Amino acid sequence: MKFAVVVFPGSNCDHDTYHVAKEVLGQEAELIWHKDRSLGRADVVILPGGFAHGDYLRTGAIARFSPIMQEVSKFAAAGGPVLGICNGFQVLLEAGLLPGAMLRNRSLQFRCQFLHVKVEQTNTPFTLASRPGQILKMPIAHGDGNYYAEPDVVSRLERNGQVVFRYVSPAGAVTDEANPNGSLNNIAGICNEARNVVGLMPHPERACELAIGSADGLSIFESILKKTPGVISGAEVSEITPGVFSLAAGSQTVLNK
Amino acid sequence: MTPDPITDSVLERHGVTREEYGRIVTMLGREPNLTELGIFSVMWSEHCSYKSSRVHLKTLPTTGPRVLQGPGENAGAVDIGDGLAAVFKIESHNHPSFIEPYQGAATGVGGIIRDIFTMGARPIALLNSLRFGPLDDPLVRRTMSGVVSGIAGYGNSIGIPTVGGEIAFDRSYTGNPLVNVFCLGIAKADEIIKGTASGVGNAVYYVGAKTGRDGIHGATMASAEFDDTLNEKRPAVQVGDPFMEKLLLEACLEVMKTDTLVGIQDMGAAGLTCSTCEMGSRGGAGVEIDVSKVPQRETGMTPYEIMLSESQERMLLVVKKGREAEVEQIFDKWDLHAVHIGEVTSDGRLRVKNHGQVVADIPNRSLTDEAPMYRRPMSRPAYLESAQHLDLAEFGPLPSPRDVFRRMLASPGIASKRWVYRQYDHMVRTNTLLLPGMGAAVVRVKGTQHALAMSVDCNGRFVYLDPYLGAQLAVAEASRNVACAGALPIGATNCLNFGNPEKPEIMWQFGRAVEGMGAACRALDIPITGGNVSLYNETDGRGVLPTPVIGVVGLVEDAGRVVGRAFRSEGDVVVLLGETRNELGGSEFLHVVYEQIRGVPPQLDLSREAALQRVLVEGTGSGVIRSAHDCAEGGVAVALAECCFDAGLGVDVDLAAVSDASAEYRETASLFSESASRVVVSVAPGHASTLLSMAAAAGVPAKQIGHVGGKRIAIAVDGRPTLNELVSDAERIWATAIESWFEQRRAIA
Repeated sequence: MKFAVVVFPGSNCDHDTYHVAKEVLGQEAELIWHKDRSLGRADVVILPGGFAHGDYLRTGAIARFSPIMQEVSKFAAAGGPVLGICNGFQVLLEAGLLPGAMLRNRSLQFRCQFLHVKVEQTNTPFTLASRPGQILKMPIAHGDGNYYAEPDVVSRLERNGQVVFRYVSPAGAVTDEANPNGSLNNIAGICNEARNVVGLMPHPERACELAIGSADGLSIFESILKKTPGVISGAEVSEITPGVFSLAAGSQTVLNK
Repeated sequence: MTPDPITDSVLERHGVTREEYGRIVTMLGREPNLTELGIFSVMWSEHCSYKSSRVHLKTLPTTGPRVLQGPGENAGAVDIGDGLAAVFKIESHNHPSFIEPYQGAATGVGGIIRDIFTMGARPIALLNSLRFGPLDDPLVRRTMSGVVSGIAGYGNSIGIPTVGGEIAFDRSYTGNPLVNVFCLGIAKADEIIKGTASGVGNAVYYVGAKTGRDGIHGATMASAEFDDTLNEKRPAVQVGDPFMEKLLLEACLEVMKTDTLVGIQDMGAAGLTCSTCEMGSRGGAGVEIDVSKVPQRETGMTPYEIMLSESQERMLLVVKKGREAEVEQIFDKWDLHAVHIGEVTSDGRLRVKNHGQVVADIPNRSLTDEAPMYRRPMSRPAYLESAQHLDLAEFGPLPSPRDVFRRMLASPGIASKRWVYRQYDHMVRTNTLLLPGMGAAVVRVKGTQHALAMSVDCNGRFVYLDPYLGAQLAVAEASRNVACAGALPIGATNCLNFGNPEKPEIMWQFGRAVEGMGAACRALDIPITGGNVSLYNETDGRGVLPTPVIGVVGLVEDAGRVVGRAFRSEGDVVVLLGETRNELGGSEFLHVVYEQIRGVPPQLDLSREAALQRVLVEGTGSGVIRSAHDCAEGGVAVALAECCFDAGLGVDVDLAAVSDASAEYRETASLFSESASRVVVSVAPGHASTLLSMAAAAGVPAKQIGHVGGKRIAIAVDGRPTLNELVSDAERIWATAIESWFEQRRAIA
């Protein structure tokens, strides 16, 4: 399986995403420069987090004009799996590959913290390895993650099962307290109608090794591997879960807090 | 060149004395023109020349088997094995951060990041050490929120995690906050790049943001006190563009992978002036540039303005002859345009032309190595006599231990800094092994089994009461913090924040603090590989608490063995390493309860401190120690509470009473004394005796004081129950104290 990780000027989670694909999952991965006009023979495309083009004007607003985005649109239109993480999600919104927009966090501050999201839909290429309703512990790190769309758009998303992730309490309750940014309906991630394009604000690539606090994000990457049978099975993936570090038994408790 | 008339008022505006002017004339063999005077003034400013501090700094230990680069370059570097080097430095941006908190702090972050990647290192961690006035002052809250969002705005965008730091509050910082930023990067040990210009005929390139009129005389501003003309100094603060810096960072690292560069330096303080003459001076060469080729943001800029501008995000490169096209191509890819502005020459001079006409011609060394150096007069401050006197009985009634404990937890110096660090992206790059607020900052080094622990510390109250001992205590605390995570301290960087050095009492504080810092670093075997001095931290004639911040870097052999401060499991045994004495001098207790900075700081036995740190490194490395937390502000009572928070576990301990306090103060001193060289450690029940014998063998006092468990923080002194609080109650006070200052403000606004 080959991962293409798009690098915009100002992307800053490109290396982290590449690290997960290459080192944690042992898959093929390539960084694709935003001026390139080919995705190579990618099986999956990831738009990583960061501040593409400085997020000047508006988050993701300039990135959608990068040459590679035409290829990403074609890839998506042909049914290829595309994942936008954080700034990548914002780019997908600006590019019209996903509906809605991001407002400033309601705290008006950048927020970086671990939190919990519930997997609402497992029929996307990035959630099919999750259990329905599974709660994933992942970090967020954003200033503009307050998801907004017109009421009819939101109700259509809900009706079609396009809300893929929702911010929840550790126990799984959809509460205002669990909502870190003011997103409508606690929306943390959505997919398009064809379900092959997914965007989410939390960072699964930061939650793929217990040594750094959580390995729950792996299920998102495992899903995409499962989609192509024979490449690697979920069981094999979980064996390499801890990544490069062998953790002393108890230290996980501290780090995993 | 027609010389401009240099009058006394021109000299005064440039911060150059008559005497210094005489030296300039001698060195040039003629009168300088205005451009040349401007160049001398910034290079001879305190900020660039270290003219008051250099004689003292020379006494610091800077060498060791691991040191790859000591002071004198853009940053220091130490060997961390696997062919890798840790490149790090701390720098201040105090003055700009008071004038314009957001941009001042943001450009401080930008500046230190450039220092690190200039060495060929990829920056992987930021820390900061901040000082503000008391939070009940709305101006202070405005400054603090501006500084925090400035740090966040820059660091988050560029994608370097802010993984830790420290914040303290004292009235002396109200009009002069301190913003010290630390950055660490990783480079291949044999591929470190220097800021040097050599090889006659090699091309000098300018790359990055265009030059504007911002920041002209920033270095001179940072070398003067503040007074009520403050608002007029606003144009001297620069504006940062983290996106530009991100492009520069990636493009420079890409260029450095080729072997096309002779040297590279960022344009920080004193901009183009400093980078050209310093690179020339280091390489024993001359540099000739034409300012008309420098990309300019505004029209009609004079050579004077171009040479002195401190516009951000600019770099100067010396490229090997014949390799220019390769370099230009890489910068083009990143939409940056490297501009050829001059050449390396053989005559050791900085020659500045404008459209081919020479506008300045100065020997490089006269601007750098031969800059003035002063041995300023020092005298022991008069305040010490009365300040060192401490008699608790003079302060009126002693509150109950419970009352003191709760007030301490709510004190911003001790309370959780979550309101601050949740605004920083502290996880990007996926190396953060210990989250902020869990002890030292710890990041793994990908591709190796190692991790690096970092801590920045200074207790300004201790330094105020005894600069020599206070600076030693800062070194001891920072290295102890690193050792608590399981790391062996291997190098340090310092940021010395003091008042006006022309005052003999301030200079005495400075001199004694540097002596103390040197002695502690020698005893603990920690070389100082570079740093920064910030003087003139005064507003309206009042200086800040002397604040020599030290940043210590430690190496963890096995990243999987890193421990934090939080307790781990019910039933674990709690051991107190070190000894508690009746030492409330300069304590948080006095500060919180009586608003006093008095007495003498806790005593420090450096050989015992070294032994303690060895036990910590050995104990964590062998997997015996499961959590470790230094006892600092607030003493053992606050340390125990902090070990319970995060873990959500309680603790039940019995402390031995300090023997040297009168009956009335015995409990208070036992709980809140800030004796040095103490650490609260937890171990699995079966490992308690192993740890105790490890400590005994090292000569470190150690006592099993109780167990982890339950829901309460229960502390007895000599068997007498003294404190008994629900962990959740105590944690609520501690967790919300700082936040409530800012949320409250929002509610009103």
